[in-house]
Amino acid sequence: MDGTVALLAAVIVASTPLLFAAIGELVAERSGVLNLGVEGMMLAGAVTGFAVTLTTGSHLVGIGSAAVAGAAMALVFAVLTLSLMANQVATGLALTIFGVGLSALVGSSFVGTPLPRLPRLDIPGLSDLPVVGPLLFRHDVLVYGAVALTLAVAWFLAKTRGGMILRAVGENHEAAHGLGYNVIHIRYLAVLFGGLCAGLGGAFLSIAYTPMWIEQMTAGRGWIALALVVFAAWRPLRVLVGAYLFGGVTILQLHAQGLGLFAVPSQVMSMLPYIATIIVLVVISIGPWKARLQAPACLGRPFLPTN
Amino acid sequence: MTSRRSLFAATLFAGAAALAPVSLAADEPFKVGFVYVGPVGDHGWTYQHDQGRLALEEHFGDAVETTFVENVSEGADTERVIRQLVDAGNEMIFTTSFGFMNATANMAEQFPDVTFEHATGYRQADNLATYLSVTYQGRYVSGFLAGELSETGKIGYIASFPIPEVIRDINAVMLGAQAVRDDVEMVIIWANTWYDPAREAEIAGVMIDQGVDVIIQHTDSPAALQVAEERGVWAVGQASDMTRFGPTAHITAVVNDWGPYYVERVQAVMDGTWESHDFWGGMAEDVIRLTPINERVPADVAEEAMAIAASIEDGSFHPFTGPLKNQAGEVVVPEGVTMTNAELAGMDWYVEGITGALPN
Repeated sequence: MDGTVALLAAVIVASTPLLFAAIGELVAERSGVLNLGVEGMMLAGAVTGFAVTLTTGSHLVGIGSAAVAGAAMALVFAVLTLSLMANQVATGLALTIFGVGLSALVGSSFVGTPLPRLPRLDIPGLSDLPVVGPLLFRHDVLVYGAVALTLAVAWFLAKTRGGMILRAVGENHEAAHGLGYNVIHIRYLAVLFGGLCAGLGGAFLSIAYTPMWIEQMTAGRGWIALALVVFAAWRPLRVLVGAYLFGGVTILQLHAQGLGLFAVPSQVMSMLPYIATIIVLVVISIGPWKARLQAPACLGRPFLPTN
Repeated sequence: MTSRRSLFAATLFAGAAALAPVSLAADEPFKVGFVYVGPVGDHGWTYQHDQGRLALEEHFGDAVETTFVENVSEGADTERVIRQLVDAGNEMIFTTSFGFMNATANMAEQFPDVTFEHATGYRQADNLATYLSVTYQGRYVSGFLAGELSETGKIGYIASFPIPEVIRDINAVMLGAQAVRDDVEMVIIWANTWYDPAREAEIAGVMIDQGVDVIIQHTDSPAALQVAEERGVWAVGQASDMTRFGPTAHITAVVNDWGPYYVERVQAVMDGTWESHDFWGGMAEDVIRLTPINERVPADVAEEAMAIAASIEDGSFHPFTGPLKNQAGEVVVPEGVTMTNAELAGMDWYVEGITGALPN
């Protein structure tokens, strides 16, 4: 029993960086902007979160700075693609390469420096409950934050006027423009939110999960987050399920290996999220499910106001 | 996706190299190129090679000019990166990952005037030497210490890829631990990467959940050590000293020191005395060493460990001396016989006592 709880708790923690990055990207994509720079924004957040926490001694200031750094990277992307009409795919890829290099440069003096881990935030009463306590209520603030943020985004998109406008911009930007909404302005906000979330995901890695800075410590999680958004068919709650699924498969197969149950061939594990995404894409694109394909109709298309 | 980023990096590099003028003047510095599999800031394997490169610059000053390309993926990209380094005028190229072997051998054939050195591989040519650090020497001592310090008898090994170097080191740890106790169980988990801090931390956590109380890693980041520190188990560092990440957990680290070798080999090319070889550098050659053993380790255990290390260094003891049995209990190396370097280079079997199948 204890083993199972520990395993599930590990899954929740392992999924946190994916959840942050994916939910932010989901908002950007629902507004019609495809930002492939998630990995770069996560790295910017990771190095900034680490450096600021180390310098100020405050984890919260570090987390806040990481969010700002992620958003700053997103702002670069937004100016290039939304105001200057650069190609989104190329700009996003460039943002990742830029983030890799910039974070390595900024972080070079921090390599090999340890940092106290972001403390666990126990919730009085709840943390001492059997099973549920260790599973759900003995995590740090970022783990709670990722789940809360996902639920908030789900609520915002489904239940609020702002969410509806954002979706309208992503589905048909000309119609939204015709109704008097400022498409570019809304997309700026969505992209900045995406960067902010990616920054938080990076900070989770560098100050909570593995409190250290080393180059490219995100190790491809930004790309998995991108796949996760597609896997979740652009729905927030499915992102939550998908993140736990991706995290769960990883932790489970490590356990299985440790118990000598089976040995997964090399490379298969790292392919898994992408294979799963392709399968989901195929499944939702055929037959009766086709209507459920949620890809925003204007995803990746630049908006040029006609009047 | 590492490969995709590397591809872009390599492409960018290719563009930059194409612009660089190739100079053939005699008084130009001797140019040496390095191809790394990870980032220089990994605080592990690549970091140590880069320390070696910096030692070169320090030693030769203006006489040598070094260039490195980091994060090169193991495959088609490798050849392109090497070709660009050659085009940029590098006369000697070190490639520092097993997976670069075929690309390096192909390029060595294509560019006979360039001197190549490939780490951890086994393909040599007139202009291609191989070199490696005999980490199994340090691993054996780590295994001994793990056997002494473990209470549960479960030793965790975070493995990267099932290549001979890793299999050899797993076996060395097992043999070292078996020298202390009979009930050793090794929990081997393959990360399928050299470098992914979060994954390494996850593996360490899983191991501890399964009762492991000494973690040995064959991956490059100090993440596992942090987990060990936090959860109160022992761990052995890899490639560079990782004490700072786990002051109480860090037993010792098996450290690579490439500087002296790089200096010697570059000097040899400059003097025209370079010859191809298959260099196995261990404790005796100062290529590997153990960092000081943690003070929490009982003094008699630490002393005995250092005595074993000394006997390996002076050649009086070799960890892979028979009788050695495979998992099926068959004698592979008879009593009194020591495995040759060629046999060790192709090691593809687990010693007796390791459970679980070797992945392909």
